[in-house]
Parts: sequence; structure tokens; C-alpha cells
Amino acid sequence: MTDASPIAASSPAAFDVQRVREDFPALHQDVHGKPLVYLDSAATSLKPQSVIDAVTEVYARDCANIHRAVHLLSQRATARFEEAREKVRAFVNAAKKSEVVFTRGTTEAINLVAHSWGRAHLREGDEVLVTELEHHSNIVPWQILCQQTGATLVVVPMTDRGEVLREAFEEQLTERTRFVAMAHVSNALGSVLPVAELIALAHDRGAVVLLDGAQAMSHVDVDVQALDVDFYAFSGHKLYGPSGIGALYGKEKLLEGMPPYQGGGDMIRSVTFEETLYNELPYKFEAGTPNIAGAIGLGAAIDYFASFDIQAVHAHENAVLRYATDAFEAVPGVRLIGTAPGKVAVLSFLMDAAHPHDIGTIVDSEGVAIRTGHHCAQPVMEHFEIAATARASLGIYNTTDDIDALVGALRKVQELFG
Amino acid sequence: MDLRELYQEVILDHGRHPRNHRFPEPHNREARGYNPLCGDKITLRLQLDGDKITDIGFIGQGCAISQASCSTMTEAIKGKTLPEVQALFSKFHTMVTSDEGADDLDALGKLAVFAGVREFPMRVKCATLGWHTLNQALGDESGEATTE
Repeated sequence: MTDASPIAASSPAAFDVQRVREDFPALHQDVHGKPLVYLDSAATSLKPQSVIDAVTEVYARDCANIHRAVHLLSQRATARFEEAREKVRAFVNAAKKSEVVFTRGTTEAINLVAHSWGRAHLREGDEVLVTELEHHSNIVPWQILCQQTGATLVVVPMTDRGEVLREAFEEQLTERTRFVAMAHVSNALGSVLPVAELIALAHDRGAVVLLDGAQAMSHVDVDVQALDVDFYAFSGHKLYGPSGIGALYGKEKLLEGMPPYQGGGDMIRSVTFEETLYNELPYKFEAGTPNIAGAIGLGAAIDYFASFDIQAVHAHENAVLRYATDAFEAVPGVRLIGTAPGKVAVLSFLMDAAHPHDIGTIVDSEGVAIRTGHHCAQPVMEHFEIAATARASLGIYNTTDDIDALVGALRKVQELFG
Repeated sequence: MDLRELYQEVILDHGRHPRNHRFPEPHNREARGYNPLCGDKITLRLQLDGDKITDIGFIGQGCAISQASCSTMTEAIKGKTLPEVQALFSKFHTMVTSDEGADDLDALGKLAVFAGVREFPMRVKCATLGWHTLNQALGDESGEATTE
């Protein structure tokens, strides 16, 4: 394994990607008669067997609603659900378990904040700051909120390398800025934003900050207290967990002051037709029976991920990314979109020979799964004056062999279209 | 799955060098087509005299399938009447979406090169973008056709 050497030096237990690959059953299949090469983890990551087993066990054994019945199954389900919350808390280093709200994913977490905090606090003349590289999920909820409140959406431009620079951020930050919503890591480009610095600047102006962590959780360290971030949203399915589950971290003081997002069961203390008393945190924001198996599966995903030396995982992925970047540069007619220093896990690219959609179909026929399109980040495409890119993205299980397979498939594209 | 079934020489050629890739003058119908999935965009203009399409052209950007489909479509329908165009669209649509209509391939002429698309369900929208846009241009309502 060519990429193991830089890792061995930095970690006591060498990261063994071949053993990791054994944990992911979906990797061991042929597609179109070729072994699967999965390079679409930025869309969703594959799931290790332990996560699949944890979800199955909920339905096969601990199948009960939570926070309700006195019977044993419900006790077990409730305990495992709350254990999962504790695992999320520990993973992002939140101060309290009550600051972790389970949601359907990043999108719902952002909508929760826009709806609940936003409507309660924003007025005409206020400004909401986003950046040019946001996913649609971190644009549209704020657009809707601005339409409803009369606030203004302000955009921090990015550079042609796909960076959001401190200077550009400061330029858009004013005394009217009440809220900042930005990606921790760009899904379309892989850029890592200098979030600690930007959060401090925003706080100096009295603004509240949300980070979209969907693309960050498995690729960079997330410590919500060290970042001093006010809200942090993420999805389980990009962290080797199930889809349909994610979480919102929010500072207790902010969550306490926010009205409920949805009404229903579990979020109440008592209900009469005259008045309803809301439940305490985090249940105030968890109306209805939640995705119990999903949350427990997310807990299992965090257990799995945290069982590694995470710095070694990051170093492995970065080594594969560097290998891929060099390999791409050696293929004539291939151009990388997004070249921010320190970027992670994503290679967005164009080819002179073919449109991204044609690239996607041809590499798929070689067994290589990549994403093509605008990646739900149309303003990013607009910046580069393109309609779409092809995007290869990395996970814990990818190897330099995967990159070789992709590059081989790109040569097929050139043969066909050249 | 044979890629050559999808990317036939005619398609590669028309994708690289689309025919009628210009706006005809005069023209009296226009429509824009957009595939939100991949961002492919075309603008189609044509001259309808009575019920005959006497000239047609398009400007657009997109994948080889969508551009080649627009290109071959403009070639196929220039000089055709509206009923003839509708019959052609119907046969084309059947060809790219189902196994039926394989007998009709002769009637489609050069358009039959798109028969391979039905093995690639994710690409059907690429092949039909131009045709949906044409339908929009020929309908009463002007505006934008989308593949969604």
C-alpha cells in the first residue's frame, strides 16, 4: 500500500485501509461486471456492518417507542436512543447532552434554526450572511426567512480557488449582521472554511453563527466548544450512519430562548386546549416519534468512526487526495474546479473531451461511481460559469487503487470522445 | 451494457458538431428547455408557416446525448407538418423509454441511433430535452420546458 507510509509516522497504530474495507459490505460487489469503485461519499457514505447490525437489532429486538411505556422493550429502546445522543455529544464535544437535538439531517436542522430562531429574532433591516459556496440547503431556508421577515440576505464572495477569505468576510460583516450561516466544508469543492476565525469576527459584531457541518464531520475535527459556534448542523448518512437522521447542536442559552419548531408528541410537558407547556431541552424540538433506529445507527457509526485514530483517518484521506490531485494533473484535458489550499476529500473536475454527464455514464460502465451535476450548489457553478462538474469524493475506505481505476476510466472517456 | 450502443458514431458526431446550431431568421416560435438535474440548457427557435416547420435552429449547452438529440431532431423535422412531427415525437419517445416500438425504428431514420438510451434510464431526459422544448414551442404557451 503506497499511501500507508506517511500515516505510520504520525500514528502509533497504523491505519489499515484493507481491513477497513472488510467492514463495508457494499464495497464487495460488481457493477456492470466490474468491481465497484465507490467515489461518491460526499453524496452519501457507505455503511459498515456494525451500523447495519445496530439498525437491524432495533427492529429485531428492541422494537418499541421511546420515552413512553414502562415495558422492558421500551426501556431498552429509550436507553439506546439516549446513549446515541450522548455519543453525538461526546463526538462534537458539546457541553451538555440537552444541547443535541436529533433531526432528519442537516437540512432539517438548518430549517429548524431558520424557522425558530430566525422568525423570533429577525426584523426588517437585519442582515443574514451566507457565503457563495453554500449548498442550497444553507441558502434557501435563509432566503425564505428573509422574505418572511424583511431581512436581507448578504453573500460573501469566494475566490477562484474556492476559498472564503477573512477579508471578504469582514467586508460584508456590518452592524446589521444578525446571523451568519456558512459551510464548515464545501460539498462541491472540498474547501475548508477558516471557521474559528470567522466565528470570532461574527461574535465581535454580536451575530449568531450556524455551521453546516454535513461535509465536515468525517473529514475534519469538530469541537463545538473550541469553535464557540452557536449552532452546528450535520447528517448521519455522510458519517457512515443511516440516512434520515442527523443532529443540531445548539448552545443551551439560545435553544432555551427559542420557540418550538413543530408541535406534537414528546415535545410537550402538558396539554390542555387553553395552554400547552413545552418539554425541556432537547425534547422541545423533537416532536413526534423520532427515527429511533436511525439515531441508534448514528450512535453505532460514531462508535465505529471513533474506534480509529481519527488523525490517522484524516491523514489517509489526505494522502489519497494528494495522490488523486497529482494523477489528475497528469491526464491532459482534465481541469480541477476548487483548488483551495487544505481542501479535503473532494475532486470536482471538468474534461475538455466530454460533458460531466457523459463522463459519469462512461466511468459508471467501468464500475466507478462518481457524482455529476451542480451538486446542489448552483451559485458555485455560476461563479465558474459552468453548468455542472464531475465530482469524485473520498471516504475512509478509498485507496490509491480506486484513483487508478478512476483515471483509467477517464482515459476511456478520452478514447470514446477524443 | 455496451457503451457503444449509447455513444454511436452519429451521436458523437452530432454532439461534437451540432447541426442547425444557429437561430433561424425569420422565426415566429421560441422556447427554452432546461434539465435541472444536469444543468443542460437550450433555446429553440423555429419558423412555422401554416402547419409546416420551414426552418429551425437551437443554441445550447449540454451533454453529448442532449446536444446530438437536438441536432438530429432539427434535421428530422425541418419541412415536416405538425401531425408528422407529433407522430415522430411519439415514436421517438416510445423508442427511448420502452422496448415496444422496436419495429418502428425504420420510420425514425437517423433518430434510431438513440435506441440505446433506453438501457440508460438516467439519460432518457437528456435525449428528450430537445423534443420537450419543441413541444413547448409548438404549444400555445410560451415559456420554459423542463424535463422534470
